[in-house]
Amino acid sequence: MAEQDGFEAAILDLERRIESLSGMGEDLGIRRQREKLERELEETRARVFASLTPWQKTLVARHPKRPYTLDYVRHLVEEFVEIHGDRRYSDDPAIVSGFGLFRGDPVAVIGHQKGRDTKEKIYRNFGMPRPEGYRKALRVMRLAEKFGRPILTFIDTPGAYPGIGAEERGQAEAIAHNLREMAKLRVPVIVTVTGEGGSGGALAIGVGNRVNILEFAVYSVISPEGCAAILWRDASRNREAAGAMRITAAELLALDVVDEIVPEAPGGAHSDPARQAAIVGDVLARQLQDLRRLEGGELIAQRFERFRKLGRFTETLP
Amino acid sequence: MAWFKKEKTPKQAPPEERRLQMPEGLWVKCENCREIVYKREVARNANVCPKCNYHFRISARERLEALLDEGFYEEFDTGIAPVDALEFVDTKKYADRIADYQGRTGLKDALISCRGTIGGYPVVVAVMEYGFMGGSMGSVVGEKVTRCVERCLEERSALVVISCSGGARMQEGALSLMQMAKISAALARLDEAGLPFVSILTDPTTGGVTASYAMLGDLNIAEPKALIGFAGPRVIEQTIRQKLPVGFQRSEFLVEHGMLDFIVERSQMREALISCFKFLMGVPAPSAVPVPAADVREG
Ligand SMILES: [Zn+2]
Repeated sequence: MAEQDGFEAAILDLERRIESLSGMGEDLGIRRQREKLERELEETRARVFASLTPWQKTLVARHPKRPYTLDYVRHLVEEFVEIHGDRRYSDDPAIVSGFGLFRGDPVAVIGHQKGRDTKEKIYRNFGMPRPEGYRKALRVMRLAEKFGRPILTFIDTPGAYPGIGAEERGQAEAIAHNLREMAKLRVPVIVTVTGEGGSGGALAIGVGNRVNILEFAVYSVISPEGCAAILWRDASRNREAAGAMRITAAELLALDVVDEIVPEAPGGAHSDPARQAAIVGDVLARQLQDLRRLEGGELIAQRFERFRKLGRFTETLP
Repeated sequence: MAWFKKEKTPKQAPPEERRLQMPEGLWVKCENCREIVYKREVARNANVCPKCNYHFRISARERLEALLDEGFYEEFDTGIAPVDALEFVDTKKYADRIADYQGRTGLKDALISCRGTIGGYPVVVAVMEYGFMGGSMGSVVGEKVTRCVERCLEERSALVVISCSGGARMQEGALSLMQMAKISAALARLDEAGLPFVSILTDPTTGGVTASYAMLGDLNIAEPKALIGFAGPRVIEQTIRQKLPVGFQRSEFLVEHGMLDFIVERSQMREALISCFKFLMGVPAPSAVPVPAADVREG
C-alpha cells in the first residue's frame, strides 16, 4: 500500500526503526530510544488514520493484510464447520459458509473470502463470487432458518465476478433471488462490511436486521475506478470518484445505509486482527442479544422497514 | 447506400444518449442491419425494423399506449422528484444533469408508474424511461417501484414492470444500491401474498436492475435481441481479456441458458400478457376498476 499511495510510509518507517533496535540489548539508552519511537509510532498512526481521504480508506479496505472472513471465524467462532456447495452446480471458494459456536451459541456464518498469496487469490477469485456462491449462501441461510440459528455475514468483495460462465449461470438472478429471499428470513441476520462492499455482489449477502461497517471499510454502488471510467471517462480519476460517491463509514451512516460503525484497531484492522475480531465480536454479541427478543415475524418486519426507508427524494402532492 | 455520406465519426455521445429513439427525418438507419428504412414503415410496425426485426427503443409512454386497454392509464406518484443528496459532481453537477433530463423528457425521473387494465385485468404498471439518464435507478425509481408493489398488495392487482436501464445510478451512490434491496423486499411481500408479477425486459436491462426486480417476476419475458445481463459486455471483455461471442447476453442467449421464460415480439406483447393473466388471475378477467374521469390521461 505504501507504494500505492504513500500515506503509510511514515508508519512503516517507524516500524522498521523499532525492529532494528531489537536484538541490540536492553541497556537504558536503547530502551529509551525504543520507547520514544513507539510513542512516535502510536502518534503517527493516530494522526495518519484520523485524516485518511476516501480513496486512502479504499486502500485500507483492500489492504493485503486486512482480516478476511476466515480470520474473524478463527478468532470468534469455536468448532467451526465449513460447509460447501450450492447443490446445483458447484462450490464457490469466493464465499465461505458454515456454522459454529459464537460465545457459546450456535450461529451460521457466511462471508466473502479473498486470498493472501497469488495461488490462494486465484483460488478465491479475488473474493468475486459466481452465482453458485450466492446460491450456496442462500442455502446456508435457509439451513440456519430451519434450525432457528442467527446468521452473521461478512462483506468484503470487489463485486460479483463479471465473466462468461457467471452470466450464463445467471449472476443477476442469483443476486436478485438472494435479495428477495433474505427479506423473508425468520432468524436474526447481522451484516458486517469488513472491507470492500462492492455493489450488488456485496448486497447479495447484505440484507440484514443490522448492517455494520468497519471504520475504514467502504461500501459503494460501483468501484471508484469503475465510476471514474464511466463518468469521467478516465479511470485515473478514482480519487475524485471515491469522494463523490460517499463511500466511507461516516457518510454511509449519515445516509442510513449502515446502522453502526465498528471502530478499528489503531493503524487499521490489519495492524491487529485479533484485537479487531474482539471489537467486532462485542458489537455482534450486543446486537444478537437485542435481536433475540424478536419473533420471526417481527424480525422480517424490522428488516423490511430498515430498507424501506432508504433513499432521498422530494415529493410534492398534486 | 452511396448517397448516405458517412461523416467523420463524431465524438461519441455518452452511452445513455446514444440511439435513444428514432431520429428526426423521413428515413432511419437501423442500428442492427444498417439498412436505411422508411420511418413511417417502422412506426407502423410497432417500431420494429421491417428488414431485420430489430426492436427500436421506444419511450415509456409509447409502451403504455400500446399495452393498456384503449391506451388509457392513470398515472400516480407524479410528484416524486430526485434530489442531489450527495452533492455529486463529476464532469457536471448531478443537479444540472437532473434538470437537463427533466427538460428533455418532461419526466421528473426515469420511471412512470400507473394503473390501468390489460384485457380487463387490473394491473399496476411501472415503465422505465431510458431517455432519462439511461433509465438509471436511483431513489425515485426505487420508491416508485416499491409503491407500485404496495399498491398491488392493497388493490390485489397484478404488477407489470417494464425494464430498460443501464443499472443503478452512480450519482446517488449507495442509496441507489439500496433500492435493489428495498424493491426486492417489497417483492417478497407480493410473492407471499400470491399476487402476480410479470417482468418485461427490454434492450438494455443490465446491472442492478437485472440483479433485483427485473429477474424476480413470476414470469420474466423479453423482447427479441435485448441486451440483458449483470455485468456490461465491455466490463466482461476487460476482465477476461477476450472478445465475447456473438449473441452473448441477448434475449435468445438467456432463454437458452434458462434465465427467461420466453421472448415476445413487441407487436404481440399485449396478447401475450393477456394469456399470462388468464393463468395467473383466472378466466374471465375481473371487471376493470372504474377510474375517475379527472385522473384519466390519454396516453
Ligand atoms: Zn434492421
